[in-house]
Amino acid sequence: MKRYETSYFFREGIRGVFLHGFMSFAAVGVIVACLLIMGSFALLAFNLDAIIKDIQNNNEILVVLDEGLSREEFVRFGTTLSGRTDIMDNIAEYTPISKDQALADFAEKVDEEYRYLIEGFATDNPLRDRYVVKLIDVNQMQDTVLKLEALNGVAQVYARLDIAQNLVRLRNAMNTISLLLILILLAVSAFIISNTVKLATFDRREEIGIMRVVGATKSFVRWPFVIEGFLLGLIGSIIAFFLQWRVYALLTERISEGLSGIALIKTVSFGEILAPVLGIFLLAGFLVGVGGSVLTIRKFLRV
Amino acid sequence: MVRLVDVYKAYGSGTRALKGVTLRIDDGEFIFLVGPSGSGKSTIIKLLTGELRPTEGRVQVNGYNIGALRQRDVPYLRRTLGVIFQDFRLIEKKSVYENVAFAMRVVGASPREIKLRVPYVLDLVGLSHKARRRPLELSGGEQQRVAIARALINNPKMIIADEPTGNLDPARSLEIMMLLERINALGTTVLAVTHEKELVNRFAKRVVAIDGGRIISDKTGGYYQYEAIRN
Ligand SMILES: Nc1ncnc2c1ncn2[C@@H]1O[C@H](COP(=O)(O)OP(=O)(O)OP(=O)(O)O)[C@@H](O)[C@H]1O
Ligand SMILES: [Mg+2]
Repeated sequence: MKRYETSYFFREGIRGVFLHGFMSFAAVGVIVACLLIMGSFALLAFNLDAIIKDIQNNNEILVVLDEGLSREEFVRFGTTLSGRTDIMDNIAEYTPISKDQALADFAEKVDEEYRYLIEGFATDNPLRDRYVVKLIDVNQMQDTVLKLEALNGVAQVYARLDIAQNLVRLRNAMNTISLLLILILLAVSAFIISNTVKLATFDRREEIGIMRVVGATKSFVRWPFVIEGFLLGLIGSIIAFFLQWRVYALLTERISEGLSGIALIKTVSFGEILAPVLGIFLLAGFLVGVGGSVLTIRKFLRV
Repeated sequence: MVRLVDVYKAYGSGTRALKGVTLRIDDGEFIFLVGPSGSGKSTIIKLLTGELRPTEGRVQVNGYNIGALRQRDVPYLRRTLGVIFQDFRLIEKKSVYENVAFAMRVVGASPREIKLRVPYVLDLVGLSHKARRRPLELSGGEQQRVAIARALINNPKMIIADEPTGNLDPARSLEIMMLLERINALGTTVLAVTHEKELVNRFAKRVVAIDGGRIISDKTGGYYQYEAIRN
């Protein structure tokens, strides 16, 4: 393709975008909305995956003891535990943490300005004595947890495995939803683009007819419309990318807050996934824009 | 060069528009194609431009065999032809200059070639001074001259005009035909479809008459011969 031809196609494509201002606006809007919904779900699933892996790699469980144990009973639990070789087989180490210690640890994590609230608990500590147990083999966690729960003086065992299993279920659901959404929204976007281009070709059907009569090839006629679709897809995906950036920050904030009660959540920062997200958005915008227009013009060129 | 040999054309609806047409047009000829409404004139023209394919028989246009023409060769066939219609078919939003330049651009001409060629052709049709006007600011005759300039711009071997004067008054019609005659004198073959007896009679050209899908007369000299056969 010659340079002046390329520049002609681009000029015509850009002219088309402005000429069909409202439809272009609608098309870009739909692409942005579709990419955002799609991207948010996909990124959420991606984060869940990271969290799950993180949790699965963390082999600590928390054994909380009954309320009102004496200091002696608290220490004796450790001895009992070390005597149970069937449990100890899967335990690397265990650390007793008294309820006072637990409160102090907690106070440290709390911001300065709220610390007075914790200090109010000093005389009436709501926490309980506990043991932090480090496992050898995470895969046998279930078994170890059951045995620990059966021990005398154990109120509850907090294994993150439960959380992990729930999260896995959530993630699988999210993956299915994401995939469905992606398919539906891509189809919707392509449909809207196709209608924009249909309008564009309808608008210029006389021009197209004349082009064909004077001997323009089909591909020559097609190019400006392909570029119009391409530009719509490109604009849509770039806007969607920057919005996604914002939305992602809000979203991860929410997740961290929502899950902070159960586990220390580390979400993936947008900076780390910037390039792939941009790449995927651009690709999706390209496919939808160019695909939508190519399919539409094909019908118009059968003369 | 154009050759039709025993050409039949039936439309999907079952209408048999051409029933065994044989016609030969040599390079440099000027031909009037006359006949009553529905006789098959436009059908012949659409066969020549590759818009239609013959149902039977052979259609040869400037080295292209229309019956066996591949889709992707159609544009190249059309570049050897300049087509003019009764309703001008100009793009209203473009200026006279752009309407003509457009036809060059869409066949891949460079801006340089366009700049050189368009003024020359506008001058040929006598519209240099109206290059910046839009089609709707021109008279019908002037609009048709823009269309002729556009048909000529890619230097076709042959001009095909389907009732080019159908929308014009007699004086404008004569002007247009004289312009076509001048173009023919410069070496381009011209095939003009018309109804206008007066007009045909003013030129001593070859007249091919068609009726009911058959050629009923092919003589050089005038329209009256076709009429004589009708009566
Ligand atoms: N697309 C079509 N589908 C079906 N029949 C058609 C089609 N085009 C033309 N015909 C028929 O074919 C016959 C020849 O039509 P054609 O257009 O060639 O006539 P014409 O000589 O150009 O007439 P006019 O002087 O009115 O333009 C007519 O009976 C017409 O009704
Ligand atoms: Mg006709």
